[in-house]
Amino acid sequence: MRAYLPIAVVVAALAAVPLVVHSNVALNFLVVALLIALAGQGWNILGGYGGQYSFGHAAFFGTGAYVTAVLQVRYGVNAWVGFIAGIAAAAAVGAFIGALVFRARLRGSYFALVTLAFAEVLRIVASVAPITGAGVGTLIKLDLRAGALQFDSRAVFYWVILALVAVSLVIAQLLERSRFGAWLIAVRENEDAARALGVDATMVKLGAMTLSAAITGAAGCFYAQYFLFVDAGIAYGTWISIQALLTPIVGGAGTVFGPLLGALVVKAFGEGAKVIAGDAPGLDLIAYGAALILVIAFARRGVMGAIADVRKWLMRRPASSSSPAREAIHG
Amino acid sequence: MSDHRVPFSRRKFLASTALGAAAAAGSLAMPSILRAQGAGVKVGILHPVSGALSYSGQQSRLGATMAVEEINAAGGIKGLGKIDVVLGDAQSTSEGGTAEVEKMNSAGVACIVGGYASNICLATTQAAARYDLPYIVDVGVTDAIVTRGLKNTFRFGPGFGVIAKTALANLVAINDKAGKPAKTVMIVHEDSAFGSGLAKLLNTQLPAQGFQVLETIPHPTPTRDFNNVVLKIKAAAPDIVIPADYYNEYVLLARTMQQQKVRPKAAIYSVLGGAASSYKFVKEFPEAAQYIMDCNHWFDPRNPKAQALKKKVEAKGQFFTYEVYLNYCCVGLLADALERANSTDRAKITEALASSTWSGHIMPYGPTKFVNGQNQGAAPANTQVQGHDIQVILPEAFASAKPVYPLPKA
Amino acid sequence: MLSPVILIPAILNGLLTGAVYALIALGLTLIYGVLHIINFAHGALLSAAMFAAFFAFHQFGLDPYVAAFLLAPAFFAFGYALQRLVIGPASHGDDRNMLLVTLGIAIVVENALLYAFRADTRTIDVPYAFQTIDFGVAFLAVPRVIGFAAAFAVALLLWVIMNLTDAGKAIRAVAKEKLGAELVGIDVAHIYAMTFGLGTACVAVAACLLIPTYYVNPNVGDAFVLVAFTIVVLGGMGSVPGALIGGLIVGVVESLSGLFLGESLGQIGIFLIFIAVLLVRPNGLFGAKA
Repeated sequence: MRAYLPIAVVVAALAAVPLVVHSNVALNFLVVALLIALAGQGWNILGGYGGQYSFGHAAFFGTGAYVTAVLQVRYGVNAWVGFIAGIAAAAAVGAFIGALVFRARLRGSYFALVTLAFAEVLRIVASVAPITGAGVGTLIKLDLRAGALQFDSRAVFYWVILALVAVSLVIAQLLERSRFGAWLIAVRENEDAARALGVDATMVKLGAMTLSAAITGAAGCFYAQYFLFVDAGIAYGTWISIQALLTPIVGGAGTVFGPLLGALVVKAFGEGAKVIAGDAPGLDLIAYGAALILVIAFARRGVMGAIADVRKWLMRRPASSSSPAREAIHG
Repeated sequence: MSDHRVPFSRRKFLASTALGAAAAAGSLAMPSILRAQGAGVKVGILHPVSGALSYSGQQSRLGATMAVEEINAAGGIKGLGKIDVVLGDAQSTSEGGTAEVEKMNSAGVACIVGGYASNICLATTQAAARYDLPYIVDVGVTDAIVTRGLKNTFRFGPGFGVIAKTALANLVAINDKAGKPAKTVMIVHEDSAFGSGLAKLLNTQLPAQGFQVLETIPHPTPTRDFNNVVLKIKAAAPDIVIPADYYNEYVLLARTMQQQKVRPKAAIYSVLGGAASSYKFVKEFPEAAQYIMDCNHWFDPRNPKAQALKKKVEAKGQFFTYEVYLNYCCVGLLADALERANSTDRAKITEALASSTWSGHIMPYGPTKFVNGQNQGAAPANTQVQGHDIQVILPEAFASAKPVYPLPKA
Repeated sequence: MLSPVILIPAILNGLLTGAVYALIALGLTLIYGVLHIINFAHGALLSAAMFAAFFAFHQFGLDPYVAAFLLAPAFFAFGYALQRLVIGPASHGDDRNMLLVTLGIAIVVENALLYAFRADTRTIDVPYAFQTIDFGVAFLAVPRVIGFAAAFAVALLLWVIMNLTDAGKAIRAVAKEKLGAELVGIDVAHIYAMTFGLGTACVAVAACLLIPTYYVNPNVGDAFVLVAFTIVVLGGMGSVPGALIGGLIVGVVESLSGLFLGESLGQIGIFLIFIAVLLVRPNGLFGAKA
């Protein structure tokens, strides 16, 4: 159970935030950051652990968002049921795309491109299909009841998304310690070698993609409930594909906390840049893009990697003298 | 470059005001024209000034801030002092807009003006409704904005329904008056909320008025090439082409039609046409723009205040677009409500807005009257490009020229 | 609907549009063929080049077709510097990092343009913009016909550079066998930068061909870049003739599917081809077997 202790500590600390911070600005910021973290965790399962860089996770995010919204608005389905259905639908889309793509043995840049194309196809279909409201989009009625999965208080919304993130952290941790996770990492490191050792790489990747899609889909479901409006550009737009990939990479791909850390850093950085840039449009995003390049240039394994490096450095430095820190670690 | 520097520094300093307001009630040293005599009123001005909609957002902000400057230069709101602007950038997304509403609410604004795009307005009005924060929608034409029963939301301009109805009625009127030369119609529209909604309305209502809709062609934004659309128009040879597109696509469509020498018999009659009533388009492509009619937001050309504002905007090197004057008017509407409410209390301002009869605007509207948050006096105007200028041809009370219809033979 | 009156001009239009797509895709495929990365900054660089062409006309009265001869070397230098000074050092030779660095560059360039020029859409008005050539079955716009011819000229030039010059041979050597090329003393970092420069120069030429009939704003390039990806895949990643023919095919498919499915749904045609090609024949029509 010790492996889950950090997750418990982090989640508990985050859960306490609304008790201390009452500013809805801050809570809204955190809700959006956690939303991105959740979408990023989905990407991380497939991209971080499995080495399959998807550029089209919007396909799953959007499916989750649309299914949640459309079921409620057009079929009068309860929001909670819609939420679950949204996750299931996203997982199904993930499995479908994965089955096609992995059977064709697409990897690397090809995989990135084909996922991008699937997301685009879905975006175009959503922008013309009558069931999604076509170009008009789907508007969920404001109905501030827990039964409708809408809450008057931002704090409750915050706890809902935090709970989802907590689940995703536990899933990542379970994955890391499971045989399936070991296979997945083996596929990432050297697919041909993994196959030679008897790992069914196609099935492993397919499983990871389904799980990945479900998690990112959950982020989409939450988006629909929080903003109550979905259209093709929001649901299947490239913005979410990019966010889902950026956050784990900045935070540290293939680590449990990478996406969460990355989301907080990226969002905070964006806000900071906006404050510094004042209101000149574009300046904040210039800083944002530059930061991405700098992270890759100087902190290759993301923030988590940088933390690990600093820790290693701290441990190595007092090697000659016996330091309490070192003893504490060894003890 | 020197003419650029003036508006920039103004923007910068407005930004610093916004930051100051957000940071605390601390007294930043502000330049004199915004320093409130009394306590002052904080007002949120929210637009998509970056991202895909940033041109419209920046034009919107220009209109709103010019109105604030004028009001403050004249001493501010009677009894309340000067307007203290909190600027917000929705970054062209709904969630960006929502985040700004939260910030503005925390900064203690009395009211928010803006939104621009329909999807942003849908999200921001709802976020503001949580705090009973009055919200004046500047453009956002989707009728869902005012049909959700949000008590805090007021739309000064006309919505889809009214615009489509007016467009249709005016088309029939113009056609009848000329002896019904046109019978067939083709609709070319962009496929998001605005274009699709409009096409649907036109498709149900045009046949009842004796027009035959030959074809309805939706296209995405951006569309890179209009040659096929123009080919279809050429083949179907409709009497009237009705485009409903954003600016870029509109320009491409009009240019391609000119290039392919395709001209409908009676008219190009746009509804909320992105470029048809844009001075920029007329200036850059006078030939492609000639005689295009549009049913759109437009100012009252006979109003001297409107002409004065137009000169002022043009002196800044900007075009006098509908974003500018709609936002200018929205701030005026708010100022009137604030004065009558004589308070920064949100409930009182909401009440004052709901009972507004303001007529100091520069639009071809009657006095303001809100029913369920929609200004009943709001109406679009019909314009036509004639020579190098844009003239109002309907409603007659505001008209500055007679329609040229059907198109003269080339 | 199947009337040849529409069908033939639609196919011709598709070919004309496809040629410019091909030119954009040429740059992309070249970079892919050698560096093995998808350059996500391609669209942003196209926007930047279109702004450059716009200002060349607006400030100095330089015709876009003349400006192409100045902008191509200028963007070659820019692309060279970008790869040599930013992408190369920042990505530590890891392909995935390169993808992300180009994404970062795309964000920076696009927003720098937004910051400098605002989101305002701009167009230029050249006298020949509305001139057409009457082919009997169709009016074809003069600038688009010029674009068609120029795309072929650039492709030919590129082929000559790649096959007949020493630099081109070195590029092909690196593309085929990086390690081997390194061992025989080829400066790989230099070759990478050369390739990126050539790819960027293609974009600059495409920008000059587009600007007479199109508009420019900071995100204008995005509309083209996804199509360019499709072409690159269809033609085979890294294949110059593949990009050219792929571009023409995609242009025609887009045009016809737009005609039959409507412009909105028509865009799907391209992506479906794209996915189908990737699934069935990932090396494309002309790609060498991996």
